[in-house]
Formats: sequence, C-alpha cells, structure tokens
Amino acid sequence: MTQTLLHVDAIAQDAEARIAAAADEAALEAVRLDYLGKKGSVALAMRDLGGMSVDERKIWGPRLNALRDGLDAAIRARRDALAEAALDARLAAERLDMSLPAPRRSVGAIHPVSRVMEEIALIFADMGFAVAEGPDIETDFHNFTALNFPEGHPAREMHDTFFLNAKEDGSRMVLRTHTSPVQIRTMIAQQPPIRIIAPGRVYRCDWDATHTPMFHQVEGLVIDTESHMGHLKGCLMDFLRAFFELDEVQVRFRPHFFPFTEPSAEMDVRCDRSGSTLKIGQGDDWLEILGCGMVHPNVLRQCGLDPEVYQGFAFGMGADRLAMLKYGMTDLRPFFEGDRRWIDHYGFSPWAAPSLAAGLSG
Amino acid sequence: MKFTRAWLARHLATDLDFAGLAEAMTMAGLEVEDVHDPGAALAAFSVAKIIEAGPHPNADKLRVCQVDTKDGRKEIVCGAPNARTGLTTIYAPIGAKVPASGIVLEARPVRGVVSNGMLCSGAELGVDTESEGILELAPTLAVGAPAAAALGVDDPVIDFEVTPNRPDWLGVVGIARDLAACGAGRFIETAIAPVPGAFACPVQIRLEAPEACPIFAGRLIRGVRNGPSPAWLQLLLRAVGITPRSALVDITNFLCLDRARPLHVYDAAKLSGPIIARLGRAGESLAALDNKTYAVDETHCVIADRNGVLGLGGVIGGAASGVSAETTDVFLECAWFDPKRIARTGRALGIASDAQYRFARGVDPGFIREGIELATQMILDLCGGTPSNLRIAGKAPPPPAAIAYAPTRLVKLAGIEMPEPRQKAILTALGCRVASARARPWRVTPPTWRGDMEGAADVVEELARVYGYDKLNPASLQRPKGRVRPVLTTTQIRAGLARRFLAAQGYREAITWSFCARADAVAFGGGADQLMLANPIVSELDCMRPSALPGLLKAAQKNVDRGFADIALFEIGPIYRSDAPDGQSLVAAGVRHSAPQRHWRADAANPVDGFDLKGEIERALEALGAPVDRLQLLEPAFAWQHPGRSATLRLGPKTILAAFGEVHPRILRQLDVKGPMLGFELWIENLPTQKAKQSPARPALDAPDLMPLTRDFAFIVDEAISAQDIVRAVRGVEKALIADIAVFDLYRGAGVPEGKKSVAIEVTLQPRERSLTDDELAQFMAKVAGAVAKATGAVLRN
Repeated sequence: MTQTLLHVDAIAQDAEARIAAAADEAALEAVRLDYLGKKGSVALAMRDLGGMSVDERKIWGPRLNALRDGLDAAIRARRDALAEAALDARLAAERLDMSLPAPRRSVGAIHPVSRVMEEIALIFADMGFAVAEGPDIETDFHNFTALNFPEGHPAREMHDTFFLNAKEDGSRMVLRTHTSPVQIRTMIAQQPPIRIIAPGRVYRCDWDATHTPMFHQVEGLVIDTESHMGHLKGCLMDFLRAFFELDEVQVRFRPHFFPFTEPSAEMDVRCDRSGSTLKIGQGDDWLEILGCGMVHPNVLRQCGLDPEVYQGFAFGMGADRLAMLKYGMTDLRPFFEGDRRWIDHYGFSPWAAPSLAAGLSG
Repeated sequence: MKFTRAWLARHLATDLDFAGLAEAMTMAGLEVEDVHDPGAALAAFSVAKIIEAGPHPNADKLRVCQVDTKDGRKEIVCGAPNARTGLTTIYAPIGAKVPASGIVLEARPVRGVVSNGMLCSGAELGVDTESEGILELAPTLAVGAPAAAALGVDDPVIDFEVTPNRPDWLGVVGIARDLAACGAGRFIETAIAPVPGAFACPVQIRLEAPEACPIFAGRLIRGVRNGPSPAWLQLLLRAVGITPRSALVDITNFLCLDRARPLHVYDAAKLSGPIIARLGRAGESLAALDNKTYAVDETHCVIADRNGVLGLGGVIGGAASGVSAETTDVFLECAWFDPKRIARTGRALGIASDAQYRFARGVDPGFIREGIELATQMILDLCGGTPSNLRIAGKAPPPPAAIAYAPTRLVKLAGIEMPEPRQKAILTALGCRVASARARPWRVTPPTWRGDMEGAADVVEELARVYGYDKLNPASLQRPKGRVRPVLTTTQIRAGLARRFLAAQGYREAITWSFCARADAVAFGGGADQLMLANPIVSELDCMRPSALPGLLKAAQKNVDRGFADIALFEIGPIYRSDAPDGQSLVAAGVRHSAPQRHWRADAANPVDGFDLKGEIERALEALGAPVDRLQLLEPAFAWQHPGRSATLRLGPKTILAAFGEVHPRILRQLDVKGPMLGFELWIENLPTQKAKQSPARPALDAPDLMPLTRDFAFIVDEAISAQDIVRAVRGVEKALIADIAVFDLYRGAGVPEGKKSVAIEVTLQPRERSLTDDELAQFMAKVAGAVAKATGAVLRN
C-alpha cells in the first residue's frame, strides 16, 4: 500500500472540486495536467500498481481506471460547459441592431411598352407567329407604293409622314408611318405559309395629348391559301381575350378602309367610360382598338404572290395604346419622358416575365 | 362630313331612330364620330311676343317689355335696340342656362326694375356667331313654341369620317344609297329631267389641258334674281355649319353636299370671250373668293377668259367673276378635274375648300350632265331666269371597268356563305350591274361613282359589308402542325435578356425619341445630311440619332433636377448610321448619375463608379452569350467617352461590343447636362452568333479531384502598363494549369519607385493528373515572373 493509493478518494474529491472551479479553458487544462497528465496524480498512482500483488491489483486497477475515466469525463463536460458559456458571452457581445437599413440597391423596372410587346409576342407565338422586323427609315416603295398607296393618293394624307432630306435623284426616304412595310419585306423574302408579327417604332408628324411623333405598333400578317376573314376575326378575338385576360370579350367588327387590305375592317371592344378609369369588357361604349383586313391583291402581286392562289390577312395595333388600356395610363406623353416616378409606377419587375404558365400580367 | 336627319330624309325613307341610323352607318363603314343635337341646349327656350315695349324709368337705353310667354305675361327688361312692340323673339325663363355664356338666369332688378326672364339674341343662344340685337322671328310663330324648332336647330347633326376610298359618301345621296342597300331604309330616287334651253349658249368652252380638265359642261342663264335663298335651304346649310350667302351660292353649296357635285356660277357680265380650261402660266395670280391672292403656276388647272384667270378649277373661284345681289346673268360650270392635280394644288396653296376636297378624292364622272341639269332646275326654281342650251366640251373619263367575279370568292375570302341571288341583289342595290348571273365568272360593272371598285376583292368587301361584319363567324387559327418551335431571332432573345439583366441591375427602362437635335447627333458622331428630317416636328428633333445616349442623358438630368440624384436609365432601341436598312442597329444604352449616398455604413455610401459599370457590362455581355474571356479591353473610341476613365470591350481590334465609362464633360456641357454621368453602349448585333447546338445536352462535368492551389505575385511596373497587360502575359504561361488570375492589390508609395506601381495578382492553379511537385511549382513561378517581365518590363517586388 502506498500513500497515493490510500488517497484515491481524496484525489477524486479534490479533482472534482478543482474542475468545477476552473473558470476558463486554461485553468481547466491545468487541472487536467495535474491529474491526468503524464506526471499527474492519477498517473503516479497507476505507477504504484506495479508493486502490488495480483490480488491487490485486481482491486486497485479498476478503481484507478474508474478514477481516470471519471475525471476525464468531468473535464470534458466542464470544457463543453465553458465553451457554451463563452459562446453565449460572445454572442451577447456581438449583437447588432439589425433594424439598421441595408445598403440601398434599387431594382430597376421594365417599360410597360416592352412588357406589352412581350405579352403580344407570347400570345401570337403560341398561335405560331414568328417575330419579324424591318427598318425605321423606309423607302417610299415599302411604306406606301407596295402597300397600294398610289403616288398622290389622298390615302397618303391619312399619315402625317416624316420625310428625310431628298437625295440627289429626287427620291426621299420616309420614317415608316406604320409597321406595315414589314409585311412587304416579309412577303418578298419568304414563301407562304407566313405567320408573323412585327413590333416596332413608327413615326407621324403629330404631337398633342393623344399623339406623339413616335409611337409603337405591332403588325400581324398571315398568308396561306385558305385563311379568310372569319379567321381574321377569330384570331383577333382570341388575341384580345388573352391580352386583356378576359373569359369573353365583346367586339364590334366594322368596315373601314386601308389601301393595303380589301376588305378592310376596324375592331372595337366593349368598354365602360363612366368611371374615372376606362374598363375593358363591360359597359355600353365601344373603343377602337385595331385595324385589319384581307391582304389586298395588289399588295400580294407587288410581292410576287398570285392572289388567285394565296390569300391572308393583316392587322395592326398601337402597342402604347394597348398598354394604356390594359394598365390604366391616361396620358401618352410620359411614355417617352424617362421620368423615374412614372417608370416605377407603371413599370414591371425584371423577375416577372410574362408566361403562359404564370400568366401574362403577373 | 356633316348632315342632318332632315337632309337624309330627302333621299332615304326610314323608320330608324337617330341612334339606329348612327349604328347602321357605323356598321356600313361610315364611322360616326359625333352626333350633336343643337336643340338640346335650347330646351328651356321658347317663342314669345313683345306686347308692349315701354321706357325704363331709370335708363334711356333699356326697355321694360310686357311679353307674352308660355308662362303667361311677363315683365322683362331688355337692352337690345330692336326690342319693340309687336316683335316675335325668343324668351328665356328664370333658371334657364344661356348656352353661349353658361350663365343661369336669376330674377333680379335691372336699374330698379325686376326682369322676369330674358329676351335672347342669336349669339346668346349659340345659333349665330354675332348678333346686333335680339332675334327677330316670323310673327306667325306661336307663343310658347320650342326655340329649337322655331330656329330650325331641332335636327341632330351627324358628323362622320369619310374614308378616302369613298368620295360618294361626300354627298348625302351617296350615304342614303348605301344605308338603303344595308337595309336601313328605302332609297328615294329623284328623277332629273333635262331642262330645255331657250337659246343657244353664247359662251364658248375651250379645253386646252384635257389631262387636267377633260370635260366641262356649261350654260348661260339670263334674268336671274340672286336674293336670299328660301328658309328651308338656309336651315339645311346652317345646320351643317355653312353660312347662307345668296340663292346662287347656296344652291352650289347645297349640291356640293347633297350630291358631292361641286359647281361654280360666274357673273356672266364679268366674263369676256370664251371660257378656257388650261394650265396656269407663271406670273398669273388669282384674287380668290376667300379674299386671298394666290400665285398661279403651270401645275395648276385654271379657268380663264380673255382677260385672264377666273378661278382655280375645282379648287376656288375668283372674287372678280363671283355673283352678287346685282347679278342677273350667270354662267354655270359643271366640270371634272384630275384628282391628283387638285390634291397637289390644294396642298401647295393650302386650300381645302369643299369643292377641292371632293375633286381631290374623285367626283362621279357619270354625273356631269345630270349635275348641271339639276343645278339649272334649282336656279330656275329659286331665282327664275331663262336657260340657254347646254354646252358640253370634252369627254368624261371612262367609267370603272367590269370586274370578273366568281360568286364562290365570297366564301373563300370572307368565309361567308351567301346564295347567288342575294349576292346579285346586294350588288344591284349598290348600283352595280351584273351582266349575266349565269356566266362564270360574273361580270360586275361598278357604278360611275364607285371608282374605288377595281377587283374581285372589292366586290367581296361590298357583299361582306352589306351582309354585316358583325355576323361573320369567328374561326380560331389552327395551331401549326408538329412541335412548337421558338420564333425569336438571336438578337430578339438577346435584347430581352439585356432588358431583364439591366433592370435587375437597378436601371429603369426608358424609351426616348429616335431623333435628336443635329448638334447633339454631330457630338455623338452622327448628323449626316441623309439622316436629316425634311419636316421635323420641332427643330430640336431634326436628325436621326447616332446614339441613344443624348436622350437618356437629358432624361437622367431631368430626374436629377426633380431630386432623384441616384438615377440609372437604360434603353434598348435603334440607332442610325445611314438611311439604308443595314444602317440601323439595335443597342442597349444606359446612363447613371450617382451621387454619394448618406448611409450609416461607410462602404455602402460610395457612389457607383466606372468599375462598377465595367462589372455590369461584363456580366451583361456574359448573360448575352459573348465570349467574355476572349474580349479585349481597349481605349475609348467615342467622343462621348472620358479619355482617361472609360474603355471599350472588343472582340478583336475592330468589333466593339461595348463602350462604357464616364461621360466626357464637354459632351455634358453640349447637352446642358450637369453630370457627372456614367454611360454605356452595348451593340447587341455585334455579338458573335452562337453556333446552333446539336443537342441541348451539356458536355460532361470537368471537376478535378485535386485541390486547386494559389500563388501570389507582386510586380513593380511602369505606370503606363495596364493590369490587363500583366494578366494577359500570365495567361499565356500554362494555359492548361491556370484556372484563374485575379488582380487583388494596387500599390504606390514607400518601397515602390516614383512613376511605378505595384500590381499584385493571385494565380489559381488546377492540377489535374497528379499534384505538382515543389520543383514544378518553382518552375511555374519562374515562368510567370519571366513572362510578365518580358511583356511589361516588370520586376518582382520582394
């Protein structure tokens, strides 16, 4: 029997007290070394086992092992407790006022005309229309002559045309007054069947509350061997229902005149002007919304298509106007002013693209 | 074009009420723009008679009148000089709202005498433009009769748009014919009998320019009295806004509107020698009926006599040969003029008379003889006189040619099933002749007033119009067979991506004019003569823009002026290098005005700078599918760019994909923009086209197992050396091994010589087959140092 062994219980008691008292990680490590280190009390006591009889060892061995394991567990537990306490203290110290504002980063917005163009393209893409384009600066041929506006015809006066300076040969280019020249470019460039829409900027020399010298149109063209006026009416009604997101849209389809279509028509939608905002799809009033017709045989001939074989329809509508009707703007002029307040109010989030699955207006 | 219901009733017997008529017109293609009932405002006003007009006790110029009204005898104070005993006039009761002034009448004393109502002038009621006193009406009118009826303004006026293809709608008779064909009533045919002449027409007619005036009918009428026209005619004209002048003038105005047949009457006493229709001659001029003098030239068709120009044929008459109250002998003209020439003349001289408007759109060439007979009869009826024989010079232009029309065309083109007899009946009602309904195709001859009908499609339109577009069955388009294919072009897709990307970066999308001031265009490298507008709407918008930046910069400045210092705008739109189709390209352009923000966190307060912009542009290009790692950053290329704080990103030295940076202060000054502004332009169409993918499947993922490692280098280089030069030199060293190169520090100061700078880079290496040995790593580092030294003269900093 050695001194040490006699004191096993005392060691245990002493160690537990010191573990509990250790205030931080360093103090705890010192305690660990004092007891469980190579020269610690438990190690010294273990050394005494060598001088014992087999019987004595059978008693003391397990006791010392138990002492070592017990202290080890106590130290670990204490260490975990200290770590938790330290973390709590740190967290308490590093608290921030998260109500302070984040760095400002404004999200921009998409112009309602772009949005409406996307919506229109989506609806017509679903009906198999491709998107065609043409230049803003057009020849007289594409903007007028090929569209069956003869030189000097009063129909040309319906358009307040912007002219560019005359060239040396006396000819002058025009800013396209409608997107219809894209019909001509498309029919010359490709063989039927044709289904296109052509969105773009158009220009007329007119500036007041309801007219701006530049605005947007979307042209549509269908050429094949069988599409007739009933299809024209149906196609446009399908479009209006989809665009205005109405189950049923009442339209008035009435005769009109365009040089490049025969027969020609305009379409009105039922609307309600009684309140402060115009409502589409209800009420007792009619609102003109687009012009259309069967492509004039002269136009087909100009593009090298035989009107005895091919036929089809064309339509044109004002994109800015459609935007106003759908989204409630009452004045056209701010469309082109870049006023942040207007864009923020009438614009669209970049993340909310129109889709057939998620809906058009989001 | 305006007309009244009473006027229409002369040619159309109908049971339809006014709203029904307007609806029928609209559905027939006559788009009703406005229906105005002038009588509505006069509902409270009625006929009254002044029983006694006595003096006012306190005022010489006022009369105290005892007036019989629908409300009994009233005492009314009146200041009109013509307020006299026995006068029949119009009475307004207390509480009535006077149309012209909007004033509501109250019973109040006028200089001490209470006036129990008001006696009205034509101006106060809005039926005359000016008045001398109160209205003087026929004494036969009954007291209490409604004012609107008494004044002949109880007939609603329809105003509608006449499309250029239908000059026949410029006459009430044409409207009636169409409405009848559409089932809105019965057309009332008027027989026009030839008026026998009492003597040979002494006035010769010579046509010297048949291309301008191919036919001219005329006749002399002697012994007319040109007084005021009868009340019914005055009422009709007044109702559509035409002031009655004299019987002869009113007759021509009436037939112009009623039959779309302009005529002219000359005072025969003022004519000398034969009437000649010829082209004008330089130096001639005309003092016209509108009191203006017009210079005449060779492009105009004039009517002249021996002494010179009498009038501009079909456009306006001359004052000298016009009729007056003293006129006794008149020469009546009924001619036909080439529409294009009339249109040109009207435009060139700024004359838009009712006659010019009709001749420019095409007057019925088949209604010349009948037109002059009708006018003659009216003159005889209203003014008396003795007519000469009719004299007609020249030949009317040919009538519309017969159209080959297969009755099956209707269902093919319009989708309308209609039996052939019904088709024939409609065409006949519209005035067409269908030669033989058994022959195939039909030969449909349009009436002379339908020069717009040229082919089978026009026949289809007529049938569909009368059938009713509203009855047309809508048919949905069949979706194309097979799978749905994408329909957007690469550029369209990229424009959409750019739009969403830029908006997500905080830019607000603007749309600015495609034109700008030429000076601004020049400042941005444009302004060529071929891009100048001949007729700009305002002088500041006279040139097609070479860049979207001028418009955006001005718009941004406006926002700054409104208090939004932190503003970013972009636009995706066209710019123009030439007037050819390929001279137009699509750009995404943007501007940013960035002021330091006030923010509690210092690093969040920094304004956006050119490097932020660079990052946005690089990411935008990446989003649009540009090969960003192959792009070169080169010096600025545009006048708008700050020479030291901007750059271009190019694919090869020539192809500029984007330009960005600070906007040159000189440009800002030119645009009157305060700035500072950042700007960029991104040429979407300059991006290389992507190869069509064979399959949407991606190649296998390349994710090496070995850890990447990094090595840092700091190079001391001349100030003139760009960071890009160093990076490019490093990139060439071991392409397979280098995964990334990042510049992470830039240092000037202690330890770095004057005129030099230290640029530190971190190179990331990605070993693939096996780890690198220390030797290999050392060799790599030496190669990097060597390559950078060779390319830039750099030395490694210790």
